Amino acid sequence: MDFNENFILGCSAIGAGLAVIAGIGPGVGQGIAAGHAAAAVGRNPGAKSEITSTMIMGQAVAETTGLYGLLVAVLLLFVKPLLW
Amino acid sequence: MANGVLLSAGNIDVMVHGLFKYSFFGHEVWITTTHVCLLLVMLILIGFSVAAGQTMKQGKEIPGGFQNLVELIVEKLDSMVAGSMGKSAAKYRNYIGTVFIFILVSNISGLLGLRPPTADYGVTFPLGLITFVLIHINQFRYQKPKDIWRDMCSPLPPWLPIWFPINIISELAVPVSLSLRLFANVLSGTIMMTLIYGILGWIATVWPAALHVYFDLFSGAIQTYVFCMLTMTFISNAIGEEA
Repeated sequence: MDFNENFILGCSAIGAGLAVIAGIGPGVGQGIAAGHAAAAVGRNPGAKSEITSTMIMGQAVAETTGLYGLLVAVLLLFVKPLLW
Repeated sequence: MANGVLLSAGNIDVMVHGLFKYSFFGHEVWITTTHVCLLLVMLILIGFSVAAGQTMKQGKEIPGGFQNLVELIVEKLDSMVAGSMGKSAAKYRNYIGTVFIFILVSNISGLLGLRPPTADYGVTFPLGLITFVLIHINQFRYQKPKDIWRDMCSPLPPWLPIWFPINIISELAVPVSLSLRLFANVLSGTIMMTLIYGILGWIATVWPAALHVYFDLFSGAIQTYVFCMLTMTFISNAIGEEA
């Protein structure tokens, strides 16, 4: 069977869509982190700035896995490595 | 080759472009749009620094206007570095402050219509590499080789270095993940804004300003903060408790 460029591009688009599903994990993780941070601020309002900076750091690290999924999608859509 | 719905919808264009090329010892080297945007960011920063230096030379006892702004920036950056590095803050506040201002202005340069220079992996990876070099210089300067070896074999005792290769890989992943985080965040903001302007056309007239506030200002500032905080955390971990 003859696979032409359009077929490969379509499959790349499907793969890009599947790769962005990786965003679910960081979403859940960041939500949990934000919820616990809110609870911590409620318990100890004096430490708000420290809690916020710790939360942002943790969320940024948790975000990385989702960004890898995004990166795969971007590579598939714009760099088109399967067409080389 | 312009097939696909996205490419036919307008001038959607998120990639780096080569402007002109020259030959550098037999290699083909391109001057790209990133270079131009980087030069513009540098010009902005140099202009601001010269103005700030002139103002501080004739600094007044009671600061007003521009002098207030400059002092505020320096004080905020200093207190951020001092808050997370403790005693070794004095050595690193110049570097961290420089990197912070550079990344911040690069990230929010999307507001000026530039393609943010940090949306090019060639800009963020050197920043990650500098962090990597700083981590290991400090590790070898402040810790004994025996302690470093024990750290590298960490979950198991030092005479059983099964985990050593895995720890090496996790050390090498530090600059890659640092730079990819910054790169992917800025790139995702750029792609979102380009898609909105490219697909919606005339519908996207005034309201994308709100999205600019999120994707350029908020996300850019958070990622700048995160990059600097992670760099400082890694370096102060490498320095250890001796400092």
